[in-house]
Order: sequence, then structure tokens, then C-alpha cells
Amino acid sequence: MTDFPQPDAVKQAQDPGRMSRLWASDFAYAFRRSPVAIGATAVVLVLVLAAIFAPLIAPHDPFNPATLNLMNGFTPPGTPNAFTGDTFWLGTDDQGRDVFSTILYGLRISLFVGFSAVLLALIIGVTLGLIAGYAGGWAETIIMRVADVQLTFPAILVAMLIFGVAKGITPPEYRNQMAIWVLIIAIGLSDWVQFARVVRGATLVEKNKEYVQAARLIGRTGPAIMLRHILPNVLSPVLVIATISLALAIIAEATLSFLGVGAPPTQPSLGTLIRIGQGFLFSGEWWILLFPSITLLALALAVNLMGDWLRDALNPRLK
Amino acid sequence: MTLVSIKNLTRVFDVSKPWLNRVIERLPKRMLTAVSDVSFDIEERSVYALVGESGSGKSTIGKMVVGLLKPTEGTVEIDGTDLMKASGSEIDRIRSDIQMIFQDPFASLNPRWKVRNIITEPVAARGGDTKGLAEKLLEQVGLSAQDAGKFPHEFSGGQRQRICVARALASEPRLIVCDEPTSALDVSVQAQVLNLMSDLRDEFGLTYLFISHDLTVVQHMADRIGVLYLGRLVEEATPDELFSNPQHPYTKMLIEAAPKMDGYGREVTPPQGEIPDPINPPTGCAYHPRCPIAIARCSAERPPLATKGKGRVACFRAGEMT
Amino acid sequence: MNTPVLSVDALSVEIPTRHGLLKPVDQVSWDIAKGEILGVVGESGAGKSMTGNAVIGLLDRPARISGGQVRLNGTRIDNLTPAQMRKVRGKQIGMVFQDPLTSLNPLLTIGDQLSETIETHLAVGRTEARKRAIAALDEVGIPAAKDRIDSYPFEFSGGMRQRVVIALALCAEPSLIIADEPTTALDVSVQAQVIALLKRICRERGAAVMLITHDMGVIAETADRVAVMYAGRLAEIGPVAQVLGAPRHPYTHGLMGATPLASKGRKRLAQIPGAMPRLGALPNGCAFHPRCPKAQDKCKSDPRPTVQDGAGRAACWFPMEDA
Repeated sequence: MTDFPQPDAVKQAQDPGRMSRLWASDFAYAFRRSPVAIGATAVVLVLVLAAIFAPLIAPHDPFNPATLNLMNGFTPPGTPNAFTGDTFWLGTDDQGRDVFSTILYGLRISLFVGFSAVLLALIIGVTLGLIAGYAGGWAETIIMRVADVQLTFPAILVAMLIFGVAKGITPPEYRNQMAIWVLIIAIGLSDWVQFARVVRGATLVEKNKEYVQAARLIGRTGPAIMLRHILPNVLSPVLVIATISLALAIIAEATLSFLGVGAPPTQPSLGTLIRIGQGFLFSGEWWILLFPSITLLALALAVNLMGDWLRDALNPRLK
Repeated sequence: MTLVSIKNLTRVFDVSKPWLNRVIERLPKRMLTAVSDVSFDIEERSVYALVGESGSGKSTIGKMVVGLLKPTEGTVEIDGTDLMKASGSEIDRIRSDIQMIFQDPFASLNPRWKVRNIITEPVAARGGDTKGLAEKLLEQVGLSAQDAGKFPHEFSGGQRQRICVARALASEPRLIVCDEPTSALDVSVQAQVLNLMSDLRDEFGLTYLFISHDLTVVQHMADRIGVLYLGRLVEEATPDELFSNPQHPYTKMLIEAAPKMDGYGREVTPPQGEIPDPINPPTGCAYHPRCPIAIARCSAERPPLATKGKGRVACFRAGEMT
Repeated sequence: MNTPVLSVDALSVEIPTRHGLLKPVDQVSWDIAKGEILGVVGESGAGKSMTGNAVIGLLDRPARISGGQVRLNGTRIDNLTPAQMRKVRGKQIGMVFQDPLTSLNPLLTIGDQLSETIETHLAVGRTEARKRAIAALDEVGIPAAKDRIDSYPFEFSGGMRQRVVIALALCAEPSLIIADEPTTALDVSVQAQVIALLKRICRERGAAVMLITHDMGVIAETADRVAVMYAGRLAEIGPVAQVLGAPRHPYTHGLMGATPLASKGRKRLAQIPGAMPRLGALPNGCAFHPRCPKAQDKCKSDPRPTVQDGAGRAACWFPMEDA
């Protein structure tokens, strides 16, 4: 969660005792008292750290053909391979790649795509939401009607459409390289609407407050007021949505990859791994499907629980 | 010398439903005249108070004076310059001459900003030197220099209003528009803020446009009082004249209806009726349906604001009510 | 003397928080007789609304009554179950709050809301209830009550809505009315109308009224006796002319000096230094001592309980002398 400015961190930036004050805040107190929040955060932290340090943790580099031994293919979890005697705790896939290592590297791609897509959606959504809420008039009408139209399609369809168009216009030789970035853009563009809606609503409330009038009176221009005055005050709901969106983005990425329109097999994400694994489900090699699926489930669930808890903790009406 | 000159000020708001609803439901446009043909002058170094109930247009006038709202008709001249027609550099100069203090001390300070940055913003926005400015101003309004590093939520309502006063003083203004500056405060804190405002006026030679619904506060602060009813200026006088000898029947009603601290067991005959819908105001004098001395002419013709004695009053039967 | 309608005896309310136990109401005692209006006045944070809520059993959790008794016509009501309390509230206590919109159901006509209350508490039939509802609206001064009874709350102006709320509070013929800032949201002219209405009703019905407000002017004109609260405690109570005219407690004295008054002219207002302490950081001894001009060492350690002083009671070791 270090990618997002926490409201308390924003409030206490540059303060000497900010860590101790953060620890004493109601927010931190509520966190310490919630086993669900602690558990979910722990799971997410472990998975994020595992992804970041994958090259150090992973016993094998699954993308380096030189380290692969085809003889190790289909080794069941925890038992030595019949030919080479190598042991793999989570088994290997058809090409002899260590499932544990592919999960770590897959997690990297899934999280990278997820974070980047949410960041993109956040930047687009917050910007458009601020403009719609502050400027009103035609700008608001156009932005919010586009948002309404986009909401009538399922997000995954929008993402597939963008992915298809992008694939059509990129030259074939770059396709595999571009796939990840196209994925990020596709998911990001399908997800900005809820940021825009929430930010617009919050901006409508904030812009009528007297501190905004005081800034207008001084002669501050619209962009300065939006950035310096309103933006810091609408970040709390954005943080909540960003967290819940992260879970959705990871699932969206997995869905696209599972459908074969996402990350290529040479750079498998968790979704790609699940797609590969399901081919072996009925031939007895269950571990190739099961372990990536459990990882995805744990990740999505933990992020979602964090988002739910954040929403409750930051909602003043429930206090 | 006249610092602020307001001439024939009118503001109309479009309060219609959205265009599509209007077309479907065949509704006409609805226009609300919040301020109607109001003219008055504010002398430099004086306190001019606008008093009125809800819907009187007093806050709308305040917003037009500081330039937050554009007049539909009429002009606001500050020191001889019309803010709406001024050039860029003139606007900049006038802006630093005018400041505002708002009603709600909890909404008027950005909760994510440190007090130092809040107070110095009027100067920082023009690229001025802000070194030590916040500390100096905080001490002037009765807080301590160390408070500059704190956030607004660490202060009580009265202290926040002091911070608002400090911000208003930062650009060394000549005119401060105070929109119900003490309505949200408790009595003991209100006294502190009112005293502070009086002291600062003497010290810096400030001019206040003081907007309030509270007659006793207005009486305490003002050099001249304008009474508003439904967007119209119905009477203007000094506090002594206004309270001892109100000329307009509405002013008289307002003074009598206000609860008196020393009025133990006072039996008031409560005034009749309520404030009418400002979208469809009564014809002629807006007060005539509630007025005990209204005559036929009052419902047909709007009385002009005419000079009477040292004040002005808009009533055909001014002073006739006993 | 007869039993008072409401008798509050050493009532205390506490709120457990993670920073410790807060006492928003501390050892408050007073009686209200039949036909009497007791004004409860204090600044924000004084605990006046919390006291009102404790009396009617509407404390929001985790706040709870931690001591003392509340008696209505001689019967204890502070230890009733929520279901029993609901009955008492509807039948014997009428309530008027600041915002009339929250007291009325926007989806029901005011006639339905009035009739429902009357039917529930007075055991009368539909037509009789409707008749009484019209009479109740007539009584609070709603013109053409017969025609307006089937209107919805949004069709009324703010002042008329507050009249409807008062009619609703009255229709079960309660012996006690608790009015919490009933005129704060209203304009001066409408406020005068509502005050006159409350006074008339109290006189004609003989109901006891507990009027909670921050406005000393409203108290002066409306109340028979006045209770001044500070930081959850009762500072002073007595007949309105005595408390406001010749206050004994330095806090009341300070409040009077801080209020702009026509007769004072444009003299500088007297100031009480500082602000009301937060509940979490109440000073020892008398809660007012850090702001008090007459405070001595004794005040810093021992709070004085209210003691009889002339026709009233004051909680001060060194009360103001008569001026």
C-alpha cells in the first residue's frame, strides 16, 4: 500500500514526530484492534515482498531456458523426480519449470499490471472527476455522460475491446513486448469511471465550503484551487476505491490472461498460469492449476478485505 | 471618504429545474431575485452592517462586494474602481484591498493545510514575502507564534475564527467583509472575537461590511445599519436612530421580536405571517402583506428609498407606526 | 408542595472511550413543577443536550447513565427497559428538536402522523383521532388546519413545520415537554411566534417544559427558572430574574457581560478568557477555575456542590456579591 498517499501521512507530512503520531491516531488504533485488517495486510505484504524479491527467493529462473531440464517435467509436489532426483515443493509443469518459481514471477506481473492499471485509472478518473465537479457546465455533462455510457458495458468487455484494437494496430514483432502495457491501458481505461464519479461527488461538496471561496477571493485560479485545495480533501474515498480497484484489476488481468488475450506464455502472469494449468487438470497434474489459483484467490481476497476495512475506518458516519 | 459605493445592485438566480425536466414537465423558468436595486455607500474606517432574516439577500450582497459573484445589474465600486470592468493589474490591487471572514470556522480553513500556509496564502498567491508573516499575525490576533505549525483541527471554534481573521489581515486590506462572523460561536467566544475585530479596526484603520442576523451584535458593532427585507434595502440609519426610532414597520417588528436579555416574562405579541417566497415576491412593497399599516398604494407601487432625517427609508407611511 | 413533574437527582452520564472515562453530565439535580418552564442554558459542550437525552432515555451508545435518578410524577424512569421507556416517551413526554425535518416522517401526511400518535396513546378510534389531530393543529396556530391536515411535511415552511412538531409533541397530552433548541433554526420573527406558542401551551395545559438553548435572550423571555450548565455540571440555578439579573456564579456573570446588550451601548464587551475545556481534559476542582477571575487555591482542588443561595442554588466557593 506504499504506492498511495495515506490521509494521515498527507496530514502529517514533514512533521518530526509523524510516525509516533500516526501510531497514536484513531486510524492506527482501529487498525490494531481489527484482526481482519491485520491478517489481510500481512498476506498482501508477504505476497508483494515475494513478488519484489522473486529473483532472490525463487529456486529457479523459469524464463531462462538454460536452467530448465525437460526431464523434470510433471514432477509432483514434494517428491523427487524419477529421472533427475530433483525435488520441487510445488511440483513442475510440462516444461519442467518449478511451479513455485513461476508463481513468484507470475505474481510480479499480476501485481505490476494491477498497480499500474489502478494508477492509470486513478490519474484519469481523479483528473476528470475534479474537472467535472469544479467546472460544472458542459465539461461536467460530457465527462459524466461518457462515464454513464461506459458503465453500461461490463468492464471486462471494454478491456477486451481496447485490447483487441491495440493488438490490431501494433506491429506483430512488438506484440509480445507490448502485451503487458496494452493490458495495463485496457484495464486502466475500463476502470476510471468510479474514480471520476466519487471524486466529482466529493468535489461538489468541497467546492462550496468556505475555504475554497477564500482561495477564489484571493485570486487563485481554477487549476490551483483544484490541485492545492480540493484534491487533498477528496483523497480518502479515492484511497478506498483504489484498494478495491486493485483487487478487481488483478482479477481482470487474470481473466484476460485466462482467456488468452493477456500476458503471453513467455511472461506468464497468474492468469496465464491458470490457463496453462487447467489443460492438465484431467490428466492428473492438479498442482499446475491448484497453486497459482490459491495464490490469486489469497491475493484478491486479502486486498478486498483491506479495502472493506479502509472504507469503514475512513467513513466518518460509521464512527 | 467613501470607500465602497454600491449602486442599483441586483442579482437574479436561475433556480429552474434542468432543461430536460422543464421541457417534459412543461415548467416555466424560475428566477429568484435575491438582491433587488440596492444602493448604499460605506465610508472609509467605518462599520456598515447589513441586517436581515433568511432570504434577505445580505450574504449575496457580501459576495458581490468581494467579487465572488457577478451582479446581474448595477455596480460595486471600491475606491472608485468597478471590479467587473477593471484591468488585470487593477483587479490584483483591489483584490489585496478586500478580504472576507466567513461564518463557519470549521469549513473556512482547509483541514489539510498547516496554519502557516493558510494565513500566508493571500500573500503567497501574489508572490510576496511571507517570512515570519504568519507568526506576526498569529500574535496580533491573540494566538501564539508556535501555532503556525499546527493543523486547523487542533483548534477550537473561536481560535479558528482568529486564524480566519489573521488570514484576512495578511494582505493588509482596507475592507473586510464579515459574513456572520460570530453566528457559529458561543457567547463568551463571540465577545472575544468581536473585541478583537474592534481592536484591529482601530489599529489598522479597517473598514468593515458586517453581515448578521443578530440585532444586538449589529447594534454593538455598526456605525451605520442597513435593514434588508426580501432583497430590498428598506431602511438605513445609525444604530441610535434605528433602535430608538425605527421608521419602517419591518424594522420596528424586527426590533420588537428579538428576544431581550433583560426581558424577563415580557409578553410579546408575535408578528404576523412569515417571510414570503422570494421567487414570487408580493407586488409593490414586499412587506405589505404582513404590515399592520399598509394602504392600497403599498400593494401597487414599490416605495423608493427616500432620505428622511439622517437616514433613508423605503415606506409610504414611514414613521407613522407607533 | 405537590410532587414535581420532573425530578432529576444527582444525574450523571459517562462515556467510556479508549482515552478514558468521559463525564459529559456530572451530578446534575433539578425539579420542574407543573406549569413551569425551566430553561437549561450553556455553551456548546456544556452537556445540556446530553442531560435532555438522558432524561428521555435516548442516549446513544456507548454513553450511559452512571448514577442518580430521574423521576417523572414521582415514578423512577431512568431504570426502565427500552420498551417501557418508549411508552413513557410517547405518552408522558413530548419532544421538540431543533430541526423539525428530522422529527417528521417525510413520506406520511402530517394528519397520519398525528392520528397515529393519538390512536396509540389515547385509545380512541380513527375518526376521533383525526378530529383531535385537527384540534391540535388549530391549537398551535396552523391556519385552515382542516384543509392542511392531509399535506406532507415538505409543503410547510420552517416555522409551520416546527408548529406541527409541537402539535405532535402535545397530541398525547404529555405532562412534560422537552424542547432542545426549538427556535435555533428559525428567523427572529418566527422565533417570537414559536416562543409565544410554547408559553401559551405551558400555561393552558399546565405541562412542565424543559427548554434547552444557548440563547440567553430566549431564556430570559421564556423561562420561569433557569439552570446554567458548564462542562457537564450545574453552575447555578434559580428564578430567571435572579440568575440573569444578579448572577451568583462567576461563569454566569461572565456570560452576561459577554453578551452585547442595547443598554450597554458600544462599550467593550467583557471577556471570559480561554474556552470551555474538552471533556477529556477537565481541570481538577471547579471546572471553571482556570477561566475564573475569583479563583483561589481551594477552587483548584475541591469542586463545590450546588448550595442553596437565596431563591436558587450556586456551585461556587466565592460567589459574586450583589451589585
